[in-house]
Amino acid sequence: MTRNGSDAVTLTWTSEQEETFSFWLRGSSSSHDRGWAHLLPSSRQLHYGIMIKKFDKKDEESGSGSNPFQHLEKSAVLQEARIFNETPINPRRCLHILTKIIYLLNQGEHFGTTEATEAFFAMTRLFQSNDQTLRRMCYLTIKEMANISEDVIIVTSSLTKDMTGKEDVYRGPAIRALCRITDTTMLQAIERYMKQAIVDKVPSVSSSALVSSLHMVKMSYDVVKRWVNEAQEAASSDNIMVQYHALGLLYHLRKNDRLAVTKMLNKFTKSGLKSPFAYCMLIRIASKLLDETEGGHDSPLFDFIESCLRNKNEMVVYEAASAIVHMPNCTARELAPAVSVLQLFCSSPKAALRYAAVRTLNKVAMKHPSAVTACNLDLENLITDSNRSIATLAITTLLKTGSESSVDRLMKQISSFVSEISDEFKVVVVQAISALCQKYPRKHSVMMNFLSNMLRDDGGFEYKRAIVDCIISIIEENPESKETGLAHLCEFIEDCEHTVLATKILHLLGKEGPRTPQPSKYIRFIFNRVVLESEAVRAAAVSALAKFGAQNDDLLPSVLVLMQRCMMDSDDEVRDRATFYMNVLQQKQKALNAAYIFNGLSVSIPGLEKSLHQYTLEPLEKPFDMKSVPLATTPITEQKTEIAPISTSKLPEKLAPSRQDIYQEQLAAIPEFQGLGPLFKSSEQVQLTEAETEYVVRCVKHTFARHMVFQFDCTNTLNDQLLQKVMVQMEPSESYEVIHYVPAANLPYSQPGSCYTLVRLPDDDPTAVSCTFSCTMKYLVRDCDPNTGEPDDDGYDDEYVLEDLEVTVADHIQKVLKPNFGAAWEEVGDEFEKEETFALASVRTLDEAVGNIISFLGMQPCERSDKVPENKNSHVLFLAGVFRGGHDVLVRARLALADGVTMQVTVRSGEETVVDVILASVG
Amino acid sequence: MDSTSLEPSLYTVKAVFILDNDGNRLLSKYYDRDLYPSMKEQKNFEKNVFNKTHKADNEIAFLEGMTIVYKSSIDLFFYVVGSAQENELMLMSVLNCLFESLSQILRKNVERRCLLDNMEGVFLVVDEIIDGGVILESDPQQVLQKVNYRLMSEPAYGFVLFDYITGNLEGQTDKSQLL
Repeated sequence: MTRNGSDAVTLTWTSEQEETFSFWLRGSSSSHDRGWAHLLPSSRQLHYGIMIKKFDKKDEESGSGSNPFQHLEKSAVLQEARIFNETPINPRRCLHILTKIIYLLNQGEHFGTTEATEAFFAMTRLFQSNDQTLRRMCYLTIKEMANISEDVIIVTSSLTKDMTGKEDVYRGPAIRALCRITDTTMLQAIERYMKQAIVDKVPSVSSSALVSSLHMVKMSYDVVKRWVNEAQEAASSDNIMVQYHALGLLYHLRKNDRLAVTKMLNKFTKSGLKSPFAYCMLIRIASKLLDETEGGHDSPLFDFIESCLRNKNEMVVYEAASAIVHMPNCTARELAPAVSVLQLFCSSPKAALRYAAVRTLNKVAMKHPSAVTACNLDLENLITDSNRSIATLAITTLLKTGSESSVDRLMKQISSFVSEISDEFKVVVVQAISALCQKYPRKHSVMMNFLSNMLRDDGGFEYKRAIVDCIISIIEENPESKETGLAHLCEFIEDCEHTVLATKILHLLGKEGPRTPQPSKYIRFIFNRVVLESEAVRAAAVSALAKFGAQNDDLLPSVLVLMQRCMMDSDDEVRDRATFYMNVLQQKQKALNAAYIFNGLSVSIPGLEKSLHQYTLEPLEKPFDMKSVPLATTPITEQKTEIAPISTSKLPEKLAPSRQDIYQEQLAAIPEFQGLGPLFKSSEQVQLTEAETEYVVRCVKHTFARHMVFQFDCTNTLNDQLLQKVMVQMEPSESYEVIHYVPAANLPYSQPGSCYTLVRLPDDDPTAVSCTFSCTMKYLVRDCDPNTGEPDDDGYDDEYVLEDLEVTVADHIQKVLKPNFGAAWEEVGDEFEKEETFALASVRTLDEAVGNIISFLGMQPCERSDKVPENKNSHVLFLAGVFRGGHDVLVRARLALADGVTMQVTVRSGEETVVDVILASVG
Repeated sequence: MDSTSLEPSLYTVKAVFILDNDGNRLLSKYYDRDLYPSMKEQKNFEKNVFNKTHKADNEIAFLEGMTIVYKSSIDLFFYVVGSAQENELMLMSVLNCLFESLSQILRKNVERRCLLDNMEGVFLVVDEIIDGGVILESDPQQVLQKVNYRLMSEPAYGFVLFDYITGNLEGQTDKSQLL
């Protein structure tokens, strides 16, 4: 005892000093600080001397000899296990052998089935001993070996005896061991005991039974479900852990029954629980329920959560604050009490609490920076916290809430320790910087420097990707930072191990590089990739090179020489690309360059795959027509991609079929729509009923080459009605012709169903692109019992008037992104160019005008021209799309702000009628 | 740092482990089968956690998408791991309970040697605090009562004398084997 005690003291001292020591060593080894040692106080040197000694001692102490389990041999231990069979049993020795076995299992030692079963059977004899610790170790061995040994069920009767016996110390652990080896059929045999155990007055027995039941819900839900009443009784136990476990089991059994969960919540929130764990559980259940029912914040559930902010246990208070912060659509007023408790936690002496508080505040700051401003002072105190995670979170929160003037200071602070924090937090820092650049665009030069330094540091893929994404977004937002940004990225790819990032950057270089004042300086970086990197990167580099050649005539000869060399590459893809680009470039035709080099395919990839497959199944005489392939849908709002938060998922990103591909498949399954050809465009959902009415109807407009299909998604919100033969009758205002209705056969309560209407577009008048339909929903009503859903035998016809549905020019145009608008503009040519000037009297700002035009025409803004720079009174908007039938259409709109907005629209397309349609509809 | 809130569940603890000051595993339990299913992944994770935490006693860290609370004592490191969304204070209560219980069982000698000498007590304590990821007990006094464990390596002198007088030398022979 004394020996150990004295050791403990010296060793504590040693480990405390260790940091200073290693710091000191590092300091003295660096060249700048050479000659430091003599300046140090002599006591420090003395420490140093002592330290070495201590270290030696420690090494000796922790040497292999001191670990009694160090050189355990599995076979030797199993050999020793034979003494289990000796009589009388020697508890101490047996105990030690069991410990060795469990230790080996814990170290990851593999036990074969035969040897494990042998040891297990020998172990069962130890139940004859009454040594408490030995018996408990038997339970542990049973649990550890449950999946390795065979026939573990032979201990069932021994365990059942212990679980119902007089020794309370055995009962709980015996239940837990028993449940580990039990399967569904055996569970029924012990069901009676389990029920008794759940309501047992000994807390450890009750808790063990409840927790084991919870583990078994996955396997035998139906059996465990029958124990609800017992669990209910246990929930009112005085013991806090029993209460918590009972609540957990009850929720797990009832979680799919919202009504039962609500009742349970009401009961427990009123009765008041003692266990802080149970409170946390209740808060989570309540906030989940609030989320699902979209309950307003006047709901009693919200009041309950808020009342927990005044609980005396910190754990509960934090859980409640965190629940409120995570609620969607929380107002600043509702956040305030949660934020103020978090503020208090910021000055807690407990690191975990400070961490929890600042992490949650950081989240609040993302959506409601103003709500956190009140905590700025507390956060300032945390930026020097010795826990770097806390410091990082505090700084990134301040970056979101603070003023522009504090940015430089905070960035300086954070760069002092950025190398010490983990990748996860580095990503948090990058996210904060990214957000900051949007808020204060003028700060981008500071940020760019910081980012480029971070880019040079070591780090994992997620971290590097975050930085690259951030730099790219800065480049896109601030044209003046383009060259520095590209230079940093060029430097990065010189030594980049991540193929994905390298190809991404090469693509960006190809897009942006040729349009910089000095394109030639990027060629070297790109061609280096061709020489040094893997196939994927080489292929991307070739594509980038081609873009330089296509854009810059003076570079073309040298690019062609480089291309020539790429044609000798060892990889097929690289060679193919080089050959292809070489031939295109040699033609020296703008139109070819635009179509094949700048703006790639705009078709949907899954759609192309399907069409090609179809074509190979039924080869036709005529060549495959690209126009028969559905177009790729650009995301409706081209939001700036938020840098993905640190996610736990490690799944590779899959190419998800787009929404339109899904519709295409659904519609193709309906026989009436099979001859329509590929789906050209699906609109957003249009609401045709008011919210909170008997029936909810939404419409999606699907455009085909010569037809339109209207898909009505209907929901019946009356629980005493079953609707049948539901269809929507449409009366067109123009020469559109309704040719077919596909009704929905059944529409029971709250189960959405779809019916369709097929309309032929007028052939003779291609300019008739807009039309108004009056819609009426017709159906057969069968009243039914709201509880059972059993319908009456008879029904009656009824109808319901819906709002009018508009078809506009936007429904005939699919958005297509042309990465290089200028080239596309040249490619289409001015054969059918038309120009007209309009005055938009009702529009007050350029932003508004741009928004209106985009939504009206339904075309894709290119070259980021949808963003109007501040304080400008003229702007040029570039729009690209494909008109129904597959004709490219491009629009250039010059806007000028005077009184109202004047707009000069120039339209180009390969087809004259299309130009006319667009201009006619704008007018 | 996913913002999605947590599914209400009793499964709080993803893993718990005790390492020595070289980062070697002395005890470790993983309760989520999907988290590091193989021994190799587990040991990698432990190594990574150890490298990031053993230098500074910071109490809490966030690594590989996991919240980790930890505590060190002399040449031992205790870790409790939960999901990123988990209530950090719940994890702390588990860690504190584990540490306090062991500290009492080991009569305040929370160091590697003493821990290894009483490994069966350590296994039993962990088993009483967490069952399959569920917090079974968080009060150290309750844990001690349930484990009802007597310190093994340091038999009080009185007992030795008693054993000697009664001719029962088994305890001592055992002890020599332990070493």
